[in-house]
Amino acid sequence: MSENKKIITRRSFLRDGFGGVCLAGFVGMAAFLAGRSRKNKTVWQIDPYTCIACGNCATYCVLEESAVKCMHAFALCGYCRICFGFFGPEPFDITEGAENQLCPTGAIKRKFVEDPYYEYAIDESLCNGCGKCVKGCNTFGNGSLFLQVRQDRCLNCNECSIAAACPSRSFKRVPADKPYLLKTVDHA
Amino acid sequence: MVRFCHTIICVTILLSICGVAPAAERFPPPEFESSYERPTPVTPAPSHGVYEYIDAAVLLGSLTLSSYLVLRRRSRRAIFALMVFSLLYFGFWRKGCICPVGAIQNIILAIFDSSYVVPIVIVVFFLLPLVFALFFGRVFCAAVCPLGAIQDLVLLRPVSVPSWLENGLRLFAYVYLGLAVLFTATGSAFLVCRYDPFVAFFHLSGNANILVLGGCFLVVGLFVGRPYCRFFCPYGVLLRQLSRLSRWRVTITPDECVRCKLCENSCPFGAIREPLAELPMRDFGRSKKTIGLLMLVLPVLVIGGGWAGFSLRMVTSRMHATVRLAERVYLEETGKVVGTTNESQAFWGTGKEVKQLYADASGIRARFGRDGWLFGGFAGLVVGLKLIGVSLWRRRTDYEADRASCLACGRCFEYCPKEHARLQKLKGQAG
Repeated sequence: MSENKKIITRRSFLRDGFGGVCLAGFVGMAAFLAGRSRKNKTVWQIDPYTCIACGNCATYCVLEESAVKCMHAFALCGYCRICFGFFGPEPFDITEGAENQLCPTGAIKRKFVEDPYYEYAIDESLCNGCGKCVKGCNTFGNGSLFLQVRQDRCLNCNECSIAAACPSRSFKRVPADKPYLLKTVDHA
Repeated sequence: MVRFCHTIICVTILLSICGVAPAAERFPPPEFESSYERPTPVTPAPSHGVYEYIDAAVLLGSLTLSSYLVLRRRSRRAIFALMVFSLLYFGFWRKGCICPVGAIQNIILAIFDSSYVVPIVIVVFFLLPLVFALFFGRVFCAAVCPLGAIQDLVLLRPVSVPSWLENGLRLFAYVYLGLAVLFTATGSAFLVCRYDPFVAFFHLSGNANILVLGGCFLVVGLFVGRPYCRFFCPYGVLLRQLSRLSRWRVTITPDECVRCKLCENSCPFGAIREPLAELPMRDFGRSKKTIGLLMLVLPVLVIGGGWAGFSLRMVTSRMHATVRLAERVYLEETGKVVGTTNESQAFWGTGKEVKQLYADASGIRARFGRDGWLFGGFAGLVVGLKLIGVSLWRRRTDYEADRASCLACGRCFEYCPKEHARLQKLKGQAG
């Protein structure tokens, strides 16, 4: 019996010892990680200057309606009458008719400003983030249309599904207090 | 009009090919004569900043409550209620993100990649359940983890898994953990998040393959208790080992075990161990020999596993996007394939040096070889230790919940006659 008791004490001693070591390890780990962590967390964002508008954003998001939407840098826009982000490659007519439009959901609103300029604005509720207009504008126009993760919609998944499928690896973790990477006039 | 359009297209194509005009200068932004003002883009802020701290507080609260319910209150019904709450809160309301299971990867990435900033909330999510396991066992698995909860809810007709199969399948979890660490440390992918079978249910949408995978887990889970937790969960591996050291633990009986055998089949997770007498004297020599032999085999397994991990680097490294890209670009350059993919197109568009890409890729591949030694060695070590573990004879006087395997679900409590006596007594005191 006394021998049994001895075995038990040795075991519980070892157990407590290992437990103590683990606890100390956690404290050390917490201290180390606290050194590498900031209060400010990160969110996902697209670098519009490397994005190739492949269309994955529309389909790979875990949300049914993708959190990625098109944005418009009006300062870069040429306000062209014939916009290659708005009109399909061979439009029947230069009017706002649905058959002439490139956007599959008709999310771009064209508005006359003054001769010969037109304003193109995105209706975010209709945009599905497919990037067709972005591709058109990048190829033939000024590249003022670009895709961005709308942070009010994004779930901020640990591994963004679109990021995993992004061919140009334009998805980045950016600080949450500067959550957008906008296109600007003075970009180098 | 259409012809005019075509002319513009042709001209702009020519311009873009010649590289004469950078994109922003093709059509200079106009200066308006009217009073038109350019709209400014709207940039809504992330909507879930505060929530994370609430999540951490809820996690701490539910872990504490779970420990109390498992160890003091001993009520399956209350544990079940907390489990449903966790499923609704952490699962369906907070969409299963972030969870401690996936947080392993953030921690690993923070250790290996100094440029990655790990949010303090994730550190808390990772460490809290581990610390609780060190004191109270797997109370996180019992009633806090939403992945465990969704499986526990569908468990209707538990069948018992033979112990050799259980032990064998459990090795998957270790390999999965090793792979998750390998791919995270090399910056390739968050494997655990990518193949999380239930997060698609929590989002109520997602990749079709993952939905099917999750569905399969739930169908199997009708008969086999919590298959993901037992055989795949990488975080469960850590909790298992830590709960071996736990200060307090689940006891089937509140009092002294009377060895009535009533609890024997109550556990759907095969975690109840029956009493074992001392190893018979005539088997002693053979048992000693087996264990001695396994001790000798252990280093062979470690080295063999490491070598296998190293040799698999060509396969494992394909998980890294740069390696995949370099392979594709090589095929295109040597004319073995025609056409481009989105990836290679994006690469050609950047105008970067192909040589640099190849150098990067071979560097990453070498890294996979090096880390493959560690991963394979770890896998070999686990297999070896498991073999030794199942060959050890451990004397037990009572029916006990296995420290490591017990998920603290509380199902066995009501099977114990001593528990009924305790409840009667409590009732008497109250009345």
